Amino acid sequence: MQDKLNEIEKAALESLTSINDPAAVEAWRVTHLGRSSALMGVFSGLGKLSKEERPIVGQAANRVKVALEAALEERSKLVKAAVLAKSLEEDHIDVTLPGRTRHIGRLHPSTQQLRRVLDILAEMGFQVFTSREVETDEYNFQLLNFPPHHPARDMQDTFFIEADPPTGSGQDRGDNPILMRTHTSPGQIHAMRKFAAANPQDPPPIRIALPGMCFRYEQITARSEVQFNQVEGLAVGKNITFADLKGTIADFVRRMFSEGARLRFRASYFPFTEPSAEVDVECFVCGGKGCQVCKNSGWLEILGCGMVHPNVLMNGGYDPKVYSGYAWGMGPERQLMLRNKVGDIRYFWGNDVRFLEQF
Amino acid sequence: MKIPLSWLKDFIDLDGLPVEDIARKLTLAGMEVDEILYVGLPKPVYKEGEKHEFKTDGIGWDKEKLVVAEIREVKAHPNADKLTLLDLYDGQQDQIVLTGAPNIFHLKGAGKLEKPIKVAYAKEGATLYDGHAEGQVLMTLKRAKIRGVDSYSMTCSEKELGITDESDGIIILDDDAPVGMPLADYMGDAVLDISILPNMARNASVIGIARELAAMLGRELKKSSGQLSVTSNQLSVTSGQSVKELVEIEITDPELNPRFVVGLIRNVEIKPSPYQIQRRLKLAGIRPINNIVDATNYAMLEIGEPLHAFDYDVLKQRAGKKKIKIITRAAKDGEKLTTLDGNTRTLTSMNVLVCDEKGPLSLAGVMGGSESEVYDASKEVLDAVGIETKPDEKLPHGKASVRGTSTVNILLEGAAWNFINIRRTAKQHNLPSEASFRFSRGVHPAMAEGGVSLGLKYMAEWAGGAVAPGLVDAYPLPPKDAVAEITVNDVKRWLGIELTLERISELLSRLEFKCEITPTGHALRITAPSHRMDIGEGLVGVADVLEEIARSYGYDNIPTTTMADALPPQVGNPVHEWEEHLRDLLVAVGLQEVVSYRMTSVEKESRITQYDEYVRLANPIAPEKSVLRRSLIASVLDSLEKNIRYSEAFSFFEIGPVFEPIKNELPNEPRKLAIAITGLREATAWDVQDSPTLDFFDLKGRIELMLSGLRLTNISYTATDSYSSLHPGKAAEVKVNGQVIGAFGELHPLAKEQYELGDSPVLVAEFDLNVMRSIDPTYGIKTIPETPSMYEDIAIIVDESVQAETVEALIRQTGGRSVTDIRLFDLYRDEKIGAGKKSLAYSLTYQAEDKTMTDAEAAAIRNKIVKRLEKEVGAKLRS
Repeated sequence: MQDKLNEIEKAALESLTSINDPAAVEAWRVTHLGRSSALMGVFSGLGKLSKEERPIVGQAANRVKVALEAALEERSKLVKAAVLAKSLEEDHIDVTLPGRTRHIGRLHPSTQQLRRVLDILAEMGFQVFTSREVETDEYNFQLLNFPPHHPARDMQDTFFIEADPPTGSGQDRGDNPILMRTHTSPGQIHAMRKFAAANPQDPPPIRIALPGMCFRYEQITARSEVQFNQVEGLAVGKNITFADLKGTIADFVRRMFSEGARLRFRASYFPFTEPSAEVDVECFVCGGKGCQVCKNSGWLEILGCGMVHPNVLMNGGYDPKVYSGYAWGMGPERQLMLRNKVGDIRYFWGNDVRFLEQF
Repeated sequence: MKIPLSWLKDFIDLDGLPVEDIARKLTLAGMEVDEILYVGLPKPVYKEGEKHEFKTDGIGWDKEKLVVAEIREVKAHPNADKLTLLDLYDGQQDQIVLTGAPNIFHLKGAGKLEKPIKVAYAKEGATLYDGHAEGQVLMTLKRAKIRGVDSYSMTCSEKELGITDESDGIIILDDDAPVGMPLADYMGDAVLDISILPNMARNASVIGIARELAAMLGRELKKSSGQLSVTSNQLSVTSGQSVKELVEIEITDPELNPRFVVGLIRNVEIKPSPYQIQRRLKLAGIRPINNIVDATNYAMLEIGEPLHAFDYDVLKQRAGKKKIKIITRAAKDGEKLTTLDGNTRTLTSMNVLVCDEKGPLSLAGVMGGSESEVYDASKEVLDAVGIETKPDEKLPHGKASVRGTSTVNILLEGAAWNFINIRRTAKQHNLPSEASFRFSRGVHPAMAEGGVSLGLKYMAEWAGGAVAPGLVDAYPLPPKDAVAEITVNDVKRWLGIELTLERISELLSRLEFKCEITPTGHALRITAPSHRMDIGEGLVGVADVLEEIARSYGYDNIPTTTMADALPPQVGNPVHEWEEHLRDLLVAVGLQEVVSYRMTSVEKESRITQYDEYVRLANPIAPEKSVLRRSLIASVLDSLEKNIRYSEAFSFFEIGPVFEPIKNELPNEPRKLAIAITGLREATAWDVQDSPTLDFFDLKGRIELMLSGLRLTNISYTATDSYSSLHPGKAAEVKVNGQVIGAFGELHPLAKEQYELGDSPVLVAEFDLNVMRSIDPTYGIKTIPETPSMYEDIAIIVDESVQAETVEALIRQTGGRSVTDIRLFDLYRDEKIGAGKKSLAYSLTYQAEDKTMTDAEAAAIRNKIVKRLEKEVGAKLRS
């Protein structure tokens, strides 16, 4: 009987070594450890054996069973590992196939840039103040120290709205009382008057950002547009100087462009500020060495600014003997053109998806 | 304004200063130099990595290879009829030079020239522009054989030297040009192209720029502006009658014409100006005409006073036996004047005229007139008022009918005009000129006398005439001196710098302001110089002077400080923030923002709207931009149409104002949201094809997400057929708390036909943001239940006419608070359930507030719901 068990064990172990797939493993288990296997035959024949033989054969058969089970377990692990290894080796995809995409939404690039600007201004204490796009000549020009027929009006070619001219005026378009605002500065007067109304004797200080669409009578070309966004900053208070204006602009430019950005202030002219300045930032494309973006000047003109003109303060309800202030204005589209090398300003309102998708 | 450096150097010593340093000084002080054009002076060469500061163009002239030379004889070329050979001396040796220049050709074979001709001579190896190439192409002069004659050098045209683009003929220099001198030393130049700000009319002149430069550099002007104005007794005076005896002036309105000065020069010979003068004019962008016209232009460029030359004999003839009387007055409405350019202009009372007793002579400060034949005869001289001159016209020498001699007599006008009238006149008649540019920005009346004297001086120098004694000077309205008082504290409060009165005085004196400390010693009394009209009175004057202090001090020298003033209360801007939040929500549901032109046309909008009234532009730039938009959907559809070929799916939104007209008033500018979607629902990929197209419910889903993001509740959707642009069967109005906030649906097939929008349905929406924003949102959230909920599906069959919203409302009402979620998960139509019927399958969530709901409780609610549906909408439970 012992021989038979040895025979069973040997045959089973031998056949196990050639088994390489999970199905064969299972078949082997049925053959060698299943109900009708030779080994199970030995167990079921135990009853026929004598009392003396029974424990001996039983023990021997059990040892064989344990050995076969252990071998099976080991083999099964090997087979599984081999199968996995094979499948890992065979199962691979072309990772260079394009991913499955989605139609997603985006903000218009101008909105994105407006937000960048307004976010920085908000941190500096300048809160958003918006006003209307169709304005009166009074708010767009006169209260901002552009008297009728002032030559400075030539700096801002204007779209006028059809309206009957007020009595007594000539036929000149400059007399037209309603127009498309040429800058967001009418908001300066709206804001000052609103704040001053709250306490006309001692108006509160002001720090606001004025964003919005502006309009100029220009031919539409790669460099000029009939509409564009502007953001202005305005600060009015009892203790505000040109040196503060320089400090504020420097802070803003550091945040907007780069920490090391060099600046220069050039004397300039705007009717509603005095002194006035244009601010150039060192070209961030070439580092000031001269390139196409800065037209070989090394500088990029990025904003205009100045101390609020006494007449404007007065028109806003702030006494220029007590109050002073500064204002500065810039163009988000121009900033994007510099920042992202947009060569054609017409892209902005063209709304071509092939442009919009790049932002 | 283009200013040749050589001209500036007449007034200020700029030795030792690189051109770019000069340009930088000017730029920082408000006279922005747009470009530096090198015309002979050495052009800086930037090394790799070195910083540029200005846009530059042009070339420097090699001192060795480009020199003044003289032609001694013009000989025929042995093998070419059209070429000549020049015997030329370059200061060191004789040269033979080949040329085809037409302006030397007539001397061929004339033998040794009596008076040698001075020319610009380029030796072998010189680098120049190619005179025969299109545009500016650099070349280096090389030895060649031309028709058998050795050619190694040349005489230059202006194009070759980069002075102008004139290549027809060689430059003939003035007789006093020193032979052998490097050309760069003789006439090497650099031109600064300077932008003149509207408040700096005083700097639209060489002296103006020189004066600023002197102040910024702390250098002296060679001649101060006072000495610059030549007085008539400095001129060579004849013994003839004085001008006063011959001409009188009547100014009818001094507000329009504060000053009018005339001078007279007799017997001038009209011929070309000296070459150096012509060269400067050309570099300044003005075409030389003849010595008389050039003198007026040259004097104007030099000191900024526009001059007008009249043919004296013509005026005399018109006056007959009487004394010439010049009258200035406003034009009468409807009065006509034919200007030099041949146009007959209908005038209005804002135009100002210079007349004699016979009638108008010129449109003051803008352009001369040619009303009668006599003026035609002297037209070219009248041209001198501006740059609108015609170069090809030669002066008709010897107009015997008028004067019977080959010389002419010139009456020269220098005046001051009201800048508003000049600006309006120039705009009205579209006549921009050098004169109107200056007058419309304000020329100080003090300039008139100096201007006339200077013009006469140049005429006498270049045209050989004799100036009549004296000037006639009508000056009824001298402007008040602009005076401002300024304190140390003003400077500190406005500029943030502390300066003593002495230092302020020093800074302003450089700009020729007169400064004196007031008797109390606390302030500085400042008087503006007589060339400035930009300094105001009172507080404005103080601000004007502060700007001058800042410029003179240097903006760069003012410190950079952090604002110490009180920070106002931070209140934010809820309207703006709400709109930005809305934008974020729309982007999150997959919409692309677009921004359109506010300007459109009625035709474009009428494809989808029918408005009669629009806000109309009085001066539209183009017909398709003639009104302000009334429909935001129209804007978005325009964008969609432009893009339709470029993508398989579009989801556009725009937020912005539309414009509702109110006659003669400012329009309303309500803010709107418009959405348009069309195309494929899913993005096509290599294994995603045949996506269904977007439909009504795609748009509705986005709207639902948007409204839930805005925390709006109590929303209802009602079918509507009252929007002509929407499909009557696929359109809904959106209400919140019963208030309509907008509508959406499929674009009406007839509206869609108006556009090229492809085959897919187009879904559009428009919302009124003012209304939407006025609705209070909900703030709290629902707490998440801690007890388990039960889920159950029920399917019912109802008539097709029963709306989903009704069924859902009934379930909600009946279930009460125990049914916390109702979701339609299937809509099914089939013959088996009957024609005209549909099956709606809902997934319900049951939830007891504070305990676990039992099956029996859920079943009871469910039975109640089913019974209610059976009763109210004839529903049958589907088994």
